[in-house]
Amino acid sequence: MSTTDILDLSAAAAAAAIGGGSLSATELFEAYRDRAASDRAAGDAGLNCFTWVAADAPSEPVDAPLAGVPVAVKDLFCTEGVPSQAGSRILEGYLPPYTATAVSRLRAGGAPLLAKTNQDEFAMGSSNENSAFGPVRNPWDRERVPGGSSGGSAAAVAAGLAPWALGTDTGGSVRQPAALCGIVGLKPTYGAVSRYGMIAFASSLDQAGPLTRDVTDAALMLRHMVGRDPCDATSLAFPGEIELPTAERLDGIRLGVPQELTGEGIERGVLDAFAAAIEQAKELGAEVSDVHLPHAPHALSAYYVLAPAECSSNLARYDGVRYGMRATDAHDLLDMYMRTRHDGFGAEVKRRIMLGTYALSSGYYEAYYGRAQRVRTRISEDFRTAFEQIDFVVTPTAPSVAFRLGEKTADPLAMYLNDYCTVPMSLAGIPAISIPCGHSEGLPVGLQIAGPAFSENRLLDAARALERSIAFDARPARV
Amino acid sequence: MSDHKPGGVADAGGDGELEAVIGLEIHVQLATRTKMFCGCELSFGEPPNTRTCPVCLGLPGSLPVANARAVHLGLMIGLALGSELAPRSIFHRKNYFYPDLPKGYQITQYDEPLCRGGELGDVRIHRVHLEEDAAKLIHAGASGRIHGSDTSFVDFNRGGTPLAEIVTEPDLRAPEQASEWLKLLRTTLRQLGVSDVNMEEGSLRCDANISLRPRGSETLGVKTELKNMNSFRFIERGIRAEIARQEEILAGGGQVVQETLHFDPASGSITSLRSKEEAHDYRYFPEPDLVPVAIDDGMLAAARADMSELPADRAERLQRELGLSVDSAQVLAFRTELGDYFEAAVAARAEPAPPAQGLANWIAGDLVGRLPEGQDPSDSRVEPRALAALVGLVAERRVSVGAARQVLDRLIEGGGSEPLAIIEAEGLGAMDGGSELAEIVAAAVAANTDAAERVREGNAKAIGPIVGQVMRETKGRADGTEVARLIHEQLGA
Amino acid sequence: MAALARLALGEEEVEPMARELSAVLDHVARISELDLENVPPTSHVVEVTGALRADEPTPCLPREVVLSQAPLANDEGFLVPSPQA
Repeated sequence: MSTTDILDLSAAAAAAAIGGGSLSATELFEAYRDRAASDRAAGDAGLNCFTWVAADAPSEPVDAPLAGVPVAVKDLFCTEGVPSQAGSRILEGYLPPYTATAVSRLRAGGAPLLAKTNQDEFAMGSSNENSAFGPVRNPWDRERVPGGSSGGSAAAVAAGLAPWALGTDTGGSVRQPAALCGIVGLKPTYGAVSRYGMIAFASSLDQAGPLTRDVTDAALMLRHMVGRDPCDATSLAFPGEIELPTAERLDGIRLGVPQELTGEGIERGVLDAFAAAIEQAKELGAEVSDVHLPHAPHALSAYYVLAPAECSSNLARYDGVRYGMRATDAHDLLDMYMRTRHDGFGAEVKRRIMLGTYALSSGYYEAYYGRAQRVRTRISEDFRTAFEQIDFVVTPTAPSVAFRLGEKTADPLAMYLNDYCTVPMSLAGIPAISIPCGHSEGLPVGLQIAGPAFSENRLLDAARALERSIAFDARPARV
Repeated sequence: MSDHKPGGVADAGGDGELEAVIGLEIHVQLATRTKMFCGCELSFGEPPNTRTCPVCLGLPGSLPVANARAVHLGLMIGLALGSELAPRSIFHRKNYFYPDLPKGYQITQYDEPLCRGGELGDVRIHRVHLEEDAAKLIHAGASGRIHGSDTSFVDFNRGGTPLAEIVTEPDLRAPEQASEWLKLLRTTLRQLGVSDVNMEEGSLRCDANISLRPRGSETLGVKTELKNMNSFRFIERGIRAEIARQEEILAGGGQVVQETLHFDPASGSITSLRSKEEAHDYRYFPEPDLVPVAIDDGMLAAARADMSELPADRAERLQRELGLSVDSAQVLAFRTELGDYFEAAVAARAEPAPPAQGLANWIAGDLVGRLPEGQDPSDSRVEPRALAALVGLVAERRVSVGAARQVLDRLIEGGGSEPLAIIEAEGLGAMDGGSELAEIVAAAVAANTDAAERVREGNAKAIGPIVGQVMRETKGRADGTEVARLIHEQLGA
Repeated sequence: MAALARLALGEEEVEPMARELSAVLDHVARISELDLENVPPTSHVVEVTGALRADEPTPCLPREVVLSQAPLANDEGFLVPSPQA
């Protein structure tokens, strides 16, 4: 098999080829390892997708379902003895003594670690410009962002630098970069995948999820990650097994289009691609209707209270005492804390810590945190009501196609609006998938499909049927 | 101007008497094997930082999972104190920075604790909740200064140890009442088996909230929180010192400031713990990494099944089942080690069997009186069965009380473990009322003619010198009652 | 607020931070328009309870591994500037 042929294989196809003897796991690993290492070596001349790349292929043949198809993992996941910095300076040189459950499970399933991917610092960002390792570039247009915060994972998969990748999604950090890079990104039901070893941003929202070339790969990766983990009290046993999707039609499937997430603030080109996808769905037999999520317009506000509040507490442990960096010239303990955190955190992280500290402080708790939690209740109720009438909610994944590097860095609010369509599902803890559904300005547009908690199997089936029909097969030029 | 009352409370310049209002916050280390939120075994003097893992070090990505046994022990405390047990309680994060707090927050319970209400003795309980302990920060002094600052050393072995915090209502009024009540709580917790409750080792720690108000007033004055009283003596002294401090402030027309204070047992002084930059705002919010603790019937049943008998219940049972006096029953019930020894002696089925009340008297009196202060009789050489047999022999008049005390001395010295063998070897057996004793009595009567005359005249107290001589002659083996009977018989009195 | 968060801000950071925060706070303050009376707060989206751990020991980390990541340590533990009395 030629290298080009190898790189054209989806992860599922590669696993099958290894199983059938037409491809060796070592050959596959080395092909990707070389490409990833070149990108890493190229620095800013490349896409800057990686923060670390494995040196050697696993020496033993992998006797497990994933057959040795390697996976790129967001830097946010702890990997034993392998640098894990969450894209932050404050964790410079940090080598964890343990591995995240999601990564261990993938490894046990037969997927060795290929590389660690670049990301927004502590998963805070929508453009991957907030990284201690510098920005990631979008393989469709180097002058544009790949989305974030799992930007390195998304760009690596889109550019064929990794067969598939693991990311995390707190308010859209898997779905939005998947949309902006023209690949598939799935945020599972909250609790479906263990968070143990995933460096926390906002604990009540964080979920690990696959970034893949197609829906089948997303299902395959999820199958090997889900399940209750005794190390994560908020993890849940998945009811049944994740099946590989087979649906070709959407007969009898009821899709709901929420006006609140498909109107104002969404780019024309994105809306057009979305409308075309809805037409495809109808042709496949889906019934499409309007649905109301009356509190969805407030989701972003609630999110930007809850997530910073949790982050302000989660990031208190970076104090220069036990790991990572410490400011060297501090003259007392307080000064050591203040300077270490000043030097170690980037601007966006500081902004959210300040925001969250404020939202939790006495006198403001009820007005901000308390109210945001109540909005969260309302948003869950909205979805519950909607799912009594429809099977899935469909929206554009992101309000725009990939924007230019630096375009929104000066305006945090404009940056936050990228999460407008993805945050409601995060607050409700329900699964949502983004699949490429067309182009605008020559750049990919993502379609988001969301279902009730633990509806992953039905969701993947519906996404697969649409994916097949839309037949989005464009790829960025290979680097 | 001030006239100190027994509670240490002064009369404040004619405005009426002040009374102290005291509430306690007690931290109890729970007797689990592992920490509150991770599987590290609890540390008892292991080398520093050898009992840690990603969770209790607060490593990135680690997550807490609550220890079921800690919840179980918390429920037992709630049951013992008659608290209302919350069917659903949640953990919160208390956010602040300190080197002994690895995550930058302590996981504790806030407005939805495991137990609410209850009482012990005459003090009402406000709440009981679960939390994790901080690590140990050891000041290493100026040696090895970091950038001109003194250095401290952090040992995370203790970090994450499960604690139950018991908060009382402000129902205490005097320092000694506070320490007495705390002893009752300690006995109760020890009996429950939920903790070692050792103040010196820090498994029982107590803070006090103290305020003053005019006697008879219902409103509370401004309170201070006094920390670091690590013995019962220091609790009394600390509270007394703080009451005196507040009295002085109020007497001088000043106002007490609400603050946290530190009691220094060495100097007896009280200092403020508040440092300038510490405007505390703990920003409590529900811990998102933990799910609510739901108490189901199974957990309740398990906690009930594990409850050992409480002191009050034990005292009641000892009276009812064994016919002990109220006083004896309470002594044995509240001094757990005496009660346990007593019950072991009863259960030993010694021959001859001792009467229960007599056995209780011997344990609480002669035995305890002969042991070093505070020693658990189970740790002495006197086996419960041996003491029971000795008391049985006394009851059957086979040995006199005086001789039995000598036997007890031998038992304590380790000079044997069989009372009967000691009695025979040392010839301490009671003399029967036969001719030998009658002859000794006759000789004693003859030698004490003055006393004999007065006894004959009806002065019963005058018998002493005659009895004394008989006892000297018989080395205490004679039964006092029998001796007295013989004397009266011979004197025809 | 910065002191509470133990976050030193450079002089040049203060003004933009204040401006950006107030813009975001203005936006999020929109939730104050909603009628949320009698709406319970959501702390966990999936209502799980229990999830307790048996009181069974698990292995601890070797001390040299624990201390290997420390910015400043001796052979036995972490070193920090002493807190001010």
